[in-house]
Amino acid sequence: MTDYETLRQFADSYGLLAMAIIFVSLCLWPFRPGSRDRNHYAAHSILEDHEDGE
Amino acid sequence: MESVVGRSGLWFVLIILALAAYVGAQDPGFAAHALIIGIIAFGLMIATLARYDPMAKAQSIFRMPEGPSRYYDDVIRWGVIATVFWGMAGLLAGLVIALQLVFPELNFEPWLNFGRLRPLHTSAVIFAFGGNALLATSFYVVQRTCRTTLAFPGLARFVFWGYQLFIVLAATGYLLGVTQSKEYAEPEWYVDLWLTIVWVAYFAVFVGTIVRRKEPHIYVANWFYLAFIITIAMLHIVNNLSMPVSFLGSRSYSAFAGVQDALTQWWYGHNAVGFFLTAGFLAMMYYFVPKQAERPVYSYRLSIIHFWSLIFLYIWAGPHHLHYTALPDWAQTLGMVFSIMLWMPSWGGMINGLMTLNGAWDKVRTDPIIRMMVLSLAFYGMSTFEGPMMSIKAVNSLSHYTDWTIGHVHSGALGWNGMITFACIYFLVPRLWKRERMYSLRMINWHFWLATLGIVFYAASMWVAGITQGLMWREYDANGYLVNSFIDTVTALKPMYMMRAFGGLLYLAGAAVLTFNVWMTIAGRLRDEAPLYQATYDAEADRPLVPQPAE
Repeated sequence: MTDYETLRQFADSYGLLAMAIIFVSLCLWPFRPGSRDRNHYAAHSILEDHEDGE
Repeated sequence: MESVVGRSGLWFVLIILALAAYVGAQDPGFAAHALIIGIIAFGLMIATLARYDPMAKAQSIFRMPEGPSRYYDDVIRWGVIATVFWGMAGLLAGLVIALQLVFPELNFEPWLNFGRLRPLHTSAVIFAFGGNALLATSFYVVQRTCRTTLAFPGLARFVFWGYQLFIVLAATGYLLGVTQSKEYAEPEWYVDLWLTIVWVAYFAVFVGTIVRRKEPHIYVANWFYLAFIITIAMLHIVNNLSMPVSFLGSRSYSAFAGVQDALTQWWYGHNAVGFFLTAGFLAMMYYFVPKQAERPVYSYRLSIIHFWSLIFLYIWAGPHHLHYTALPDWAQTLGMVFSIMLWMPSWGGMINGLMTLNGAWDKVRTDPIIRMMVLSLAFYGMSTFEGPMMSIKAVNSLSHYTDWTIGHVHSGALGWNGMITFACIYFLVPRLWKRERMYSLRMINWHFWLATLGIVFYAASMWVAGITQGLMWREYDANGYLVNSFIDTVTALKPMYMMRAFGGLLYLAGAAVLTFNVWMTIAGRLRDEAPLYQATYDAEADRPLVPQPAE
């Protein structure tokens, strides 16, 4: 098999699977149990103003 | 004193090198660029020797607040000024080339013809206007969200001025005919190398600031900025792999040939849209829209899904620029499918931005900055709907190579990128120059309507022009011959081109209002004007009805 075919085989099988799993896990990560408070904190963090360094 | 001598010696060496490059140059374009470098180095040497501080002088002209503020904002003020300046230059170039298409006499050979001015326009608006907006806002946002000062202020100044040099070399190169003829990547090898150095420095400043953050969580806007910086570095390096013909000449040849070169180019080209004009500007959206609305982002979870979906999907969408070419069919289909999938995260992001105003929708009426942000998000949604639709092969066979594409690009660039940048400028200028508010809120309103009307003229005329063009190109007669010659389509489109130029004029006029407003704000003036919205109160009418005795 040529290098191209080897790489192509990998990209079509395990590579694709790995990418899909990583993507789905990253998207599900903020929905893990107990993350609600952290998300709430992160979203509000920019508004607790120490306004503009004043 | 020794450091002054040492530094001026360094500039002197640079002058000698520039002079040598000028003398030995293989072509006039390279010679001109060596001359520019030499002149800048000479100016810096004189400035060093005279112990004259041109920066302090300029900072007093632009009335930058003196003394250290808690955050390092000097480079951000420069960035905002550069954004306004390059915005005007880029939009003006756009208006000129739009007029050249209507009045061919306006092509002044050889430096100011359409072919040379067009890349000047695209690079000026994308890289000079958009790039400076991204530099300025990223330095602003990363400091505020990390609650720390910029990691390497000296390096940040180098990034800003180095980037301006890149812009000057790129722009003068286009006019002199120095180009490697790659869309959005026209600068030649030596300018590319310079940008690589600047970009690595930018990365160091940004990551260094994140590393020394006082806030445990890295706010999502920084994720988008970081994705933009890293991906642009990767795209820039791979797409510009080339071999110079001579080390004292501007000409180079790409490392790739044929369809590989085309695919590399559009992998770069589409991701320049995806990571420069989308990820970077979404970072602006995720910080400045919540700040201006004074409400947290609608859903932080959605913003994270938005981020990862863009990262994973955008990078594959490039082949849709090469439908029905020598590119293998599977690659074309792959590009199309990923483009269609992009629709979902894009609309997720648009909804996330718009819903941030949930419960504060009245501000659309009372606050012209919020109104600009809403319009920019609406255009983000519209152009990210139009784009995937145009990437479908059946639609693309009609739309490709026509003015529909130009209309699509401009609804994204003028509507989404332009409006969010203007909104950020209006947000930043009073804060950076310690003013109470912008000089005039009513002028922001004028800017909003001029720009909106301009986009409507632009996009609508280009839809009609593009579809007309596409249909005329594919019209066959009963014998199977093409009905129209190319010049027939050009004649048919002329009124549309005129409407487009009018739209561009309106948009430029809006930007001129912005420039005046920013100027007066920096000068410390406040326009005495009636507020935009006020519920009326009539003290005379505010009385109970009293029964009147009969007479």
